[in-house]
Amino acid sequence: MKARAFSYARPSTVMEALETFADAGEDASYVAGGQSLVPALALRLQAPQLLIDIAHIEALRGVELQGGWLRIGALTRHCEVLTDPLIARHAPLYHAAAPHVAHPAIRNRGTIGGSISHSDPASEFPAMTLAMGAELELVSRTGTRRVAADDFFIDLFQTAIEPGELLVAIHVPVIRPGHRWAFHEFARRRGDYALVGCGVLAEFSDGLIEQARIVFFSVGNTPLRARQAEQCLIGKRLDEAAVAAAQALVGGDLDPPEDEHVPPAMKRHLARVLLGRLLGQIMRQDS
Amino acid sequence: MNALTSLDRPNSYIGRSVPRPNAKRLLAGRGRYVTDFVLPRMLHVAYVRSPYAHARIVSIDAQAAREMPGVKLVATGQDLARLCTPWVGTMDHFKGMKSPPQLPLPVDKVVWSGQAVVAVVADTRALAEDAAETVAIEFDELPVVVDIDAARMPGSPVISPELGSNLCFHGKIDTGGVDDVFANAAHIVEEEFHFGRHTAVTMEPRAIIADYDASEQQLTVHHATQTPYQFQDIYSRHYGIPESRVRVIAPDIGGSFGMKLHMYHEDMAVVGLSIMLGRPVKYVADRIESFVSDIHARDHRVRARMAVDADGEILAMDVEDVTAIGAFSAYPRTSVVEGNQVYRLMGAPYTFRNYRADLQVVFQNKVQMSQYRAVGHPIACAVTERLVDMIAAKTARDVFEIRSGNLIPDDAYPCTSPTGYQFEALSHHACLAKLRQMMDYDRLRAEQAQLRSKGIHRGIGIATFVEITNPGPAFYGVGGARISSQDGAIIKITPSGDVRCLISVTELGQGTETIIGQIVAEHLGVDRNRIKVITGDTETTPHGGATYACRGAGIGGETALQAALKLKANVLSVAGAILQEASEKLDIQNGWIIDAATMHPRVELAEIARIVYFRSDTLPPGTQAQLSVTHHYAPQGYPFAFTNGVQGCHLELDVETGLVNILKVWVVEDCGRIINPLLVDEQIRGGVVQGLGAAFFEECAYGDNGQLTNGSLADYLVPMAVEMPDIEIGHVETPTLDTQLGAKGVGEAGTAAASAAALNAVNDAMAPFGGSIAQLPMTPARILKALGHI
Amino acid sequence: MSEPINVSMTVNGSRVSCGVEPRSTLADFLRQTLALTGTHTGCEMGVCGACLVVVDGRVVHSCLMFAVQAGGSVIETVEGLTERAAIADLQDAFHLRNALQCGFCTPGMLMTAYSLLSQPGIPTRDEIRDALSGNYCRCTGYEAIVDAIENVARDRDAASIAQTREEAGA
Ligand SMILES: Cc1cc2nc3c(=O)[nH]c(=O)nc-3n(C[C@H](O)[C@H](O)[C@H](O)COP(=O)(O)OP(=O)(O)OC[C@H]3O[C@@H](n4cnc5c(N)ncnc54)[C@H](O)[C@@H]3O)c2cc1C
Ligand code: FES
Ligand code: FES
Repeated sequence: MKARAFSYARPSTVMEALETFADAGEDASYVAGGQSLVPALALRLQAPQLLIDIAHIEALRGVELQGGWLRIGALTRHCEVLTDPLIARHAPLYHAAAPHVAHPAIRNRGTIGGSISHSDPASEFPAMTLAMGAELELVSRTGTRRVAADDFFIDLFQTAIEPGELLVAIHVPVIRPGHRWAFHEFARRRGDYALVGCGVLAEFSDGLIEQARIVFFSVGNTPLRARQAEQCLIGKRLDEAAVAAAQALVGGDLDPPEDEHVPPAMKRHLARVLLGRLLGQIMRQDS
Repeated sequence: MNALTSLDRPNSYIGRSVPRPNAKRLLAGRGRYVTDFVLPRMLHVAYVRSPYAHARIVSIDAQAAREMPGVKLVATGQDLARLCTPWVGTMDHFKGMKSPPQLPLPVDKVVWSGQAVVAVVADTRALAEDAAETVAIEFDELPVVVDIDAARMPGSPVISPELGSNLCFHGKIDTGGVDDVFANAAHIVEEEFHFGRHTAVTMEPRAIIADYDASEQQLTVHHATQTPYQFQDIYSRHYGIPESRVRVIAPDIGGSFGMKLHMYHEDMAVVGLSIMLGRPVKYVADRIESFVSDIHARDHRVRARMAVDADGEILAMDVEDVTAIGAFSAYPRTSVVEGNQVYRLMGAPYTFRNYRADLQVVFQNKVQMSQYRAVGHPIACAVTERLVDMIAAKTARDVFEIRSGNLIPDDAYPCTSPTGYQFEALSHHACLAKLRQMMDYDRLRAEQAQLRSKGIHRGIGIATFVEITNPGPAFYGVGGARISSQDGAIIKITPSGDVRCLISVTELGQGTETIIGQIVAEHLGVDRNRIKVITGDTETTPHGGATYACRGAGIGGETALQAALKLKANVLSVAGAILQEASEKLDIQNGWIIDAATMHPRVELAEIARIVYFRSDTLPPGTQAQLSVTHHYAPQGYPFAFTNGVQGCHLELDVETGLVNILKVWVVEDCGRIINPLLVDEQIRGGVVQGLGAAFFEECAYGDNGQLTNGSLADYLVPMAVEMPDIEIGHVETPTLDTQLGAKGVGEAGTAAASAAALNAVNDAMAPFGGSIAQLPMTPARILKALGHI
Repeated sequence: MSEPINVSMTVNGSRVSCGVEPRSTLADFLRQTLALTGTHTGCEMGVCGACLVVVDGRVVHSCLMFAVQAGGSVIETVEGLTERAAIADLQDAFHLRNALQCGFCTPGMLMTAYSLLSQPGIPTRDEIRDALSGNYCRCTGYEAIVDAIENVARDRDAASIAQTREEAGA
């Protein structure tokens, strides 16, 4: 289990990284924390000719408030997501999800930008990015663009990031007073990719649900919004009946792949249970 | 309470919790594992493996590989077949068993997916892998035999046509009268059980370095194995090298659990590659290779039923086990031992006399299945104990009550099981009573009822077991396998009065060297810090069985004990000559020769050694001091030393998700004389966790085409710290009278019953919902199905 | 293209500078080039924890990092922590509690324990188990390891309280 040979570059600026990639053609790969890429190389599932180490680019770091948005640098490590007070306060679904992402040593190196770029359908952070309606700041040699999370996750391990483009930062709209949220996942063992996971962000006004984003992961090729369930909650008071109505719809929102060991029926069942528990949790939070 | 116990005597070590001296080295990162070894001019091998479970090899094109950087050799099955004679994994006492001959690498066809086909040897492992990628093998796919029923159907493809069928072995046991008993029984319970394949997943994968020196025709093999003598014999016979010129060294080993005592094709090939190259060749299985080439374990479908009278007395048991072992039987221990132990251990703790069983061992296109910790025990235990719980439910009795009514009474020994096992002395009732008290069973039941009303569903399960330990030659020797059931020790006193003990049992972290040191220290009368125990090198230690089937303490320990007594007699004889005293009046304590009656010290052992080694001129004429002894011990009493015990499992089931939280496990165990409680308890804990792994997580999943679909440590789920419970352990001590030491084995007890107790506990938790489960592992999907959710 | 690259780093307090093939993982580099075989590899894909080392103060998997990525970093392995007696109490506690059998997982376990106990306070048993969630052990069943770490946490806490008292008293 040894990687194929490759060469290595360590740019110190975004521009240098983009140029290096362009010079190498498409047979290059960025590496941030390496916690997804290195195993793939060791298994020879991927074999780029050139590894471009972006971990030393200062512009990809840092967490700061910018108006109504929290900017989280792509290189922010999972362990920092877990402890950063700004993230806990303004992007609470990342904070809630972080303990469920892998294990301490992987969290010490894995980056949120890497997780979102890699976009494993069972990953927590991509799903919470969608749940919080974040925007992704991408940069290429032609300039910078911001892509809404709703348009970002395209297919299995496929995002809006073009070859050579870098994810610089994640911009999360900060939590407002009417917001309630909850996160949980069912996993076989601590730190495992979830059987089913979900994050809910709901905005209440006068006790009624004004907006809701319900995002599941590990149930399809990308993180999935349970749109029918979301829709049926809008304008309602969150009570037992509303929860049951949302639960009844969630099965149709999801598209779990065939899997002998975790059949789609099981994923749908678990998703219903999970949604019930999360909405129940929100219901019991004061309002 | 100031009474002196036997532990208060000087040099009293047996029964004491002393830590392992050799563990300090491992803690400092100074372990020496085969994976760490580097020999001069050493090369590395990578194997090209078959992507098909069953296929003919049409052609192999390795030209490109030969031209890759750093490549020293590319070898095929043909190349190695010229050097190595085939092996066949059968034993005579399994009448009618058959298995096809095996070679290091296949010549004409592959029989499982992942089988090594071509060896590429290069300067580094990475270069070998680079070259291996360029080898082109053309395969012609053959129909795949995966399903155990399809394998036995007339007209199904036969993996080894020369054997006539896919049946490796068919065994029957019948005490007679079973049909009658069932016909007249008040109640019958029956169930079909499924036990998936799992595998050892030792932390250190298999590792071997073969170093053939043509100038001396000497083969030295550094081999991560628990049985170096067995491999010395195998390499010698199959490569035609005199045994005296084959040396197998087993240094620190990163776990084995039975997995590293089987012959693996890659390992055998490494020896041939080294012979071809005249240089050391190293092979370390990476984790992906481990999953497709290490033995797998279990794989049974058992249909079983029990007949009971109106008073809840078990009358008879009727069992049919079909077990699938891969395309051939493992060498040299065979793959029939697992099934053999399953159908002989069924019902072993209970009094019933009528028993019938049918065992079919079946070939299929998967990797070999063979002995792994607690061979057969977890299957026999889970089937028996689940049926007993079903009887309890059917006759409205408590699970403790049904067992106390049916377990063999503690005063009924010696006795024989319906399958012919001879029990010297077991303690089921004492263990059961102790477990009940440790669990605070009545409180747990009350709490369970109370929590149920709040929607919290806890389950309580117990399982009694019998474990086979200390096997005599009836286990392997009589079947013609060159596997020793005796052990040997050499103990020497050095000139400064230190002691070296070279012994054939091996250290795998279970603490062999520690307990041997304790035994020698106690019986020789020296401080244990002055004893060095040396294991794992065929060149220096006497030939013996080494480590398998929980024999280290019972047989190895007795060997050391007898050797120490022999040496002590020698020391006292020369001390008597020096001191002009009758040697019977002397003893040894704390490294001093003392007056046995007064305990008065006479002369230090070191002084005796000095005189013997350097001033023999001062000894009385005719005195030839023997400060080294060699001693062998072979068990001669009971064919096996059976142990027993009972486990309890308490867990919480999330009935909506099928996820289980294991709250606690209790074990009461009787392994006879306990030499070191600290080590015994940790053997049990480790064993229990392996059993819980099998119960909830571990399963080698195969597709219909014979492909392993979860062959990585990310996909195959091993038990980890968060999901595993604390485990409380109690003991009952019934020493065997077959030996002076009185110790039996304990290494497999934890694994034997942990999954059975868990199975009963999950079923107990599900009882209010009318669901039941009889398949391991109990995954959330299977539990949800049992509960009717999916 | 994939020629060796010159890499400098500090390993167990010594500066190391040598040519490294980019594809060599930090684990292989430590074990093979520097002969620091106390770091083990059990899976080479981040799931067993046998290869944990400290890089720039954080415990990470040396199998999930190429040696070239560690250029400029400060690295400590079990050998280094042993030499500067940073984990002597943990090693003693593991020894007394028999918290290891084959010892193959042990260096990784010590790394996790070292990292966990460098944070203030006494972790609960659940927190210890949680910290160990990426450390596989096939031999022990984990309980002895949890016990050993818990014992050291208590002892360290008691010692620091005693020290604070002493300082306050002085
Ligand atoms: C044993 C194990 C368990 C794990 N369990 C979980 C889990 O439960 N949940 C979970 O979510 N994850 C899990 N992970 C994955 C982990 O979270 C990774 O850290 C993360 O997915 C990738 O982050 P990284 O920084 O390591 O990315 P890398 O591995 O460096 O890169 C991943 C991919 O993203 C690209 N990339 C990285 N950064 C950028 C960027 N800024 N711009 C553009 N492209 C970029 C790379 O080119 C590469 O293709 C696990 C990993 C392991 C080894
Ligand atoms: S070898 Fe790095 S985690 Fe297993
Ligand atoms: S002690 Fe062997 S793997 Fe942990």
